[in-house]
Amino acid sequence: MSTLFALCDCNNFYASCERAFQPSLNGKPVVVLSNNDGCVIARSNESKALGIQMGTPFFQIRDLVECGDLHAFSSNYTLYGDISSRVMRGLAEFAPSVEVYSIDESFLDLSNMLGKDMNAYCRQIKESVLQWTKIPISLGVAPTKALAKVANRLAKKSAKANGVLVLTDPHHITAALKATSIEDVWGVGRQYAKLLRRHGVETAYDFTLKQDAWVKKHMAVVGLRLVKELRGESCLDLDEVSPPKKGICTSRSFGERLTELNDLVEATANYAAKCAKKLRKQKSCAKVVTVFVQTNHFSERDAQYFNSKTIAMPVATSSDLELIHYATLALKSIYRAGYRYKKTGVILKEIVPDNQIQYDLLDTVDREKHGSIMETVDKLTTRYGRDVVKVGTQGLGNSWQLKCERKSPCYTTRLSDLPIVNNSV
Amino acid sequence: MKLVFIFTEEVDMREETPTITTQNTLEPLSLESFEGILLPMYSSYVTAGFPSPADDYLEEMVNLKEHLIRNPGTTYMMRVRGNSMRDAKIEDGDILIIDCKAKPKDGYPIICSIDGEFTTKTFREKGGRLFLEPANPDYPIIEITGEMELRAWGVIVWILHKPIRR
Repeated sequence: MSTLFALCDCNNFYASCERAFQPSLNGKPVVVLSNNDGCVIARSNESKALGIQMGTPFFQIRDLVECGDLHAFSSNYTLYGDISSRVMRGLAEFAPSVEVYSIDESFLDLSNMLGKDMNAYCRQIKESVLQWTKIPISLGVAPTKALAKVANRLAKKSAKANGVLVLTDPHHITAALKATSIEDVWGVGRQYAKLLRRHGVETAYDFTLKQDAWVKKHMAVVGLRLVKELRGESCLDLDEVSPPKKGICTSRSFGERLTELNDLVEATANYAAKCAKKLRKQKSCAKVVTVFVQTNHFSERDAQYFNSKTIAMPVATSSDLELIHYATLALKSIYRAGYRYKKTGVILKEIVPDNQIQYDLLDTVDREKHGSIMETVDKLTTRYGRDVVKVGTQGLGNSWQLKCERKSPCYTTRLSDLPIVNNSV
Repeated sequence: MKLVFIFTEEVDMREETPTITTQNTLEPLSLESFEGILLPMYSSYVTAGFPSPADDYLEEMVNLKEHLIRNPGTTYMMRVRGNSMRDAKIEDGDILIIDCKAKPKDGYPIICSIDGEFTTKTFREKGGRLFLEPANPDYPIIEITGEMELRAWGVIVWILHKPIRR
């Protein structure tokens, strides 16, 4: 049976999310900043037109923001996560199966639609998603996932395509491959692009002319699959259900460099609590916790230090109390005074479903009690907002907290942050 | 300019009204799981002597969230400021439940963005002309014409109004 895939990609996703609830920003240049308000990580088309690049440091555009010519937002992942799931839900109405590939991209299996007017169908998807979620999307449709990626990229670039490009005609596919340089092919990293260029491959089309044996020798089986996909032979199926995560990590750079153990303990405890919450959400427990600390290795004047400590806990757990306890122990064993720390993180491994835990005969922890405490904590935070109750170790001051001075409200997930309807006009 | 709606679902605003069979009688319902909060529900029958026949149905649970939100993926909430929709029972401080998938029809309250701001109006379709009508004589009726920048955002499907406020 022939296959047909669509790759749907949200246009300037983070910037579009910020606009969804602020109609006054339509047509205005908007950027979203990285964690810590460091640099630009998303741009609306208007800010691209202003010449702002990805990764531009915030201080370079501060003047534009202060005189109102540019709107800058700290990243608001709560908002983006919620809108993303709404977009994916909307897309799911148009295809029997959907693979969520990233926060703003997903593949749809449209094989059952072969023979229908794909262009019209895609326009309908695009218009519906815009009306339902306020997010503009682009669609690329082709017989394989790698070709759908190619189509999507061109759909976005070409004014004529206006966000939808269907590549089913072999002549169109060839033209599209010729218009795609090898660096822009899905899964071709910088190293492979260099190698391919050395062997005369400039475009995706050139790549499809290479012999299978050559590709397999230089790029292994992954490269072979890719080249077959570009030739129109579908090798990659839709990967629908993502398995529970095997490892969970929470780690951030600090707003300012930290030197005191107490501050690091607070930060680490908060990251441990975040990990614990993620665990409970996927109904699992972790057996092993690793904590790492690091200084800023870009700074030449600072003394450098990196270390990590892993602790295997007696019984797998998802309790804030236990995970904070062990993460703190690990941190204390690797902390050295006299360094300016930039980052710490908590990684959980050996994750098992919470109904498959091996208990310890000598276990002294009242697991039932911990379970009900955590359940109550989760209920309270759902109802009253994050961090309304927490373990003392997590602290109140949070001098280590990320900078996010320009964060928009959580319009869709917090009752106190609902958008306002102005009924005085 | 035309007002373009891309909606797929027709919502009959009337169907949500509970049928009240006898006067002073409410249907026995249990409310369950509104954002994880359990609301106890009591039968409204107060009968002397006989046990209420409704007691048999107490286990039948109604999920308030499902009742209020038919399309979770396309439903949003907004808070009202101002009184331009007072006579349509939309008052200052109310929380609106908005479905962006519901199709606006003549007489439905909708959210639109006018000049970069969200506002509520009643959608009117009269003889091929489109109007946005406030529900308060102090505010003007707006006809949707060529030069206006207008976006229909969604249809208001529920109004959450707190009768007593401090």
